[in-house]
Amino acid sequence: MTAPAQKRGLAHWFHRRGWSDVMIATPYVWLLVFFLAPFLIVLAMSFATRTPTAPPFSFGGEHPLLNLTGYARLFHDTLYIRAFVTSLLNAGLATILCLLLGYPMALALIRVSAGWRNVLLMLVILPFWTSFLLRVYAWMGLMGSNSWFNKLLTGAYNAVVPTDWALRAIPMMHSNFAVVLVTVYTYLPFMILPLYANLERLDLTLDEAAMDLGSRPLRVFWDVTLPQSIPGIIAGALLVFIPAAGELVIPSLVGDAARPMIGRVISDEFSAARDWPMASSIAVALLVLMVFPMMAYSHYQAKAQHDPTAKGTS
Amino acid sequence: MNRRPIFLISVLCFGFAFFYIPILSMIVYSFNGSKLVTIWGGFSTKWYVSLFHNQQIVKAAVLSLKIALLSATLATILGTMAGIALARFRVFRGRMLFSGLVTAPLVMPEVITGISSLIFFILLADWVGWPSVRGFTTVTLAHITFSMVFVSTVVQSRMIEADRAIEEAAMDLGSRPWEVMRDITLPVISPAILSGWLLAFTISLDDVVITSFTTGPGNTTLPLLIWSKVKLGVTPDINALATLTVVIVGVGVALAGWLMNRAEARRQKDARLAYQNNA
Repeated sequence: MTAPAQKRGLAHWFHRRGWSDVMIATPYVWLLVFFLAPFLIVLAMSFATRTPTAPPFSFGGEHPLLNLTGYARLFHDTLYIRAFVTSLLNAGLATILCLLLGYPMALALIRVSAGWRNVLLMLVILPFWTSFLLRVYAWMGLMGSNSWFNKLLTGAYNAVVPTDWALRAIPMMHSNFAVVLVTVYTYLPFMILPLYANLERLDLTLDEAAMDLGSRPLRVFWDVTLPQSIPGIIAGALLVFIPAAGELVIPSLVGDAARPMIGRVISDEFSAARDWPMASSIAVALLVLMVFPMMAYSHYQAKAQHDPTAKGTS
Repeated sequence: MNRRPIFLISVLCFGFAFFYIPILSMIVYSFNGSKLVTIWGGFSTKWYVSLFHNQQIVKAAVLSLKIALLSATLATILGTMAGIALARFRVFRGRMLFSGLVTAPLVMPEVITGISSLIFFILLADWVGWPSVRGFTTVTLAHITFSMVFVSTVVQSRMIEADRAIEEAAMDLGSRPWEVMRDITLPVISPAILSGWLLAFTISLDDVVITSFTTGPGNTTLPLLIWSKVKLGVTPDINALATLTVVIVGVGVALAGWLMNRAEARRQKDARLAYQNNA
């Protein structure tokens, strides 16, 4: 084959199907190598045995690849169970609080005038673009026992309770309360934005019709608005709950070190204890716990993407 | 109207107070003359001066920017390809797995992504001798992987919304699929590609967990440096650094919003003029 013919052949291949193959294969191969392969390694690692070698694991024993010691320890050692419970409780509580605060905020955002709405939406998104770490840090400044905020709260608390309950400062830092508060603070935009996107598409004439027919505002909200906004609630709740349950930064900075969350336990098993198989077992267990919310999320995402005009539950 | 807006507006005000009081407090205390972070000791800009004289911080910031620029650019290329592939090529072998791979990193807890990347790099070095050191390259690779899926989500949803009539018209007029993609689809989705890049850039610039697992000695990014300082408590120079970040981001976001509004207004005006001229 002569060179020009070969070149034409290549061009022909490229125009016929080559470009689409390249388009699919490049990101596909990238994700297979840098995402799926590492994940499969962790999955295999969770069945390995810890050894004092480098790297610190081996697949040996009677049943290689069927060593369930790590998983058995998950159920025997109360440290792990407690860490899972703490994580799920903190994440669940933060999700509920985000919903209680975020829902009325999203509802208010669709009711203000268009000019205000753009500014306010920008103000919701703005903290999201600033550093996550610095937003956690901002609360460390407020919660410390000598801060103006803590003094203000302590003053209010002391004014209300009987004198023998009076405190010098409210111990906010290094507690589950601090973790939940900071989680709500950092993840609230993830709740507001999907809710807003959902509520914005709702048919407001239904509200007005119900109102015209004599329903009270609260009744209209309960019977008309709320059922239609369930997809938004689910999307927002999962966007908060899933990352909050595996959170590492927030509990490390403001959490109670004696009651670690699961992200911290995984990281400690891996780095401090150098027990890669155990860290992998916990990681896999966390994923199994999260798989249902994750699948629910991608299910709703896929549905929303296939049908961008979908309204509410219709 | 009715009673509800009063309740809603007060929740909105509370929400915004909740969002911004911690940030404002941090900004105010960054100008605190006292070394004690909780006691006001007069106005001073000395923490800003010491920030710029701190070689460690400047070095870490430069490293972070390099990683963010490189990883955001590569993540945008890969993510745009993935987004277009998922939106346009409805049927191809392994599509199920591919769309799963594009969604999974979005919901994967960062600790797990970080640990699995680290184990992967260590074992790879053990088996094939590369990467011999962990640092700039490994962090960049990890950042590309987990930010490209955000780009692809943004691009994919823009592709699905986009009007396919122009693409089909070009195809009918004899353009090859690749030319349609290059001359029509890419310009149409360019705002989504730009916001995808910005998203990838900020994700990379902000990341603590995945970076802390995939980096090696001597390669401390700015978030890692802040992380190690903040673990020990609140310090005034971090307040100054945080204030600078908030100001830069605030101005950047406001400017981007204004430019996008202007471009959109101009586009609509052009479209109107075009219709009028054709009519």
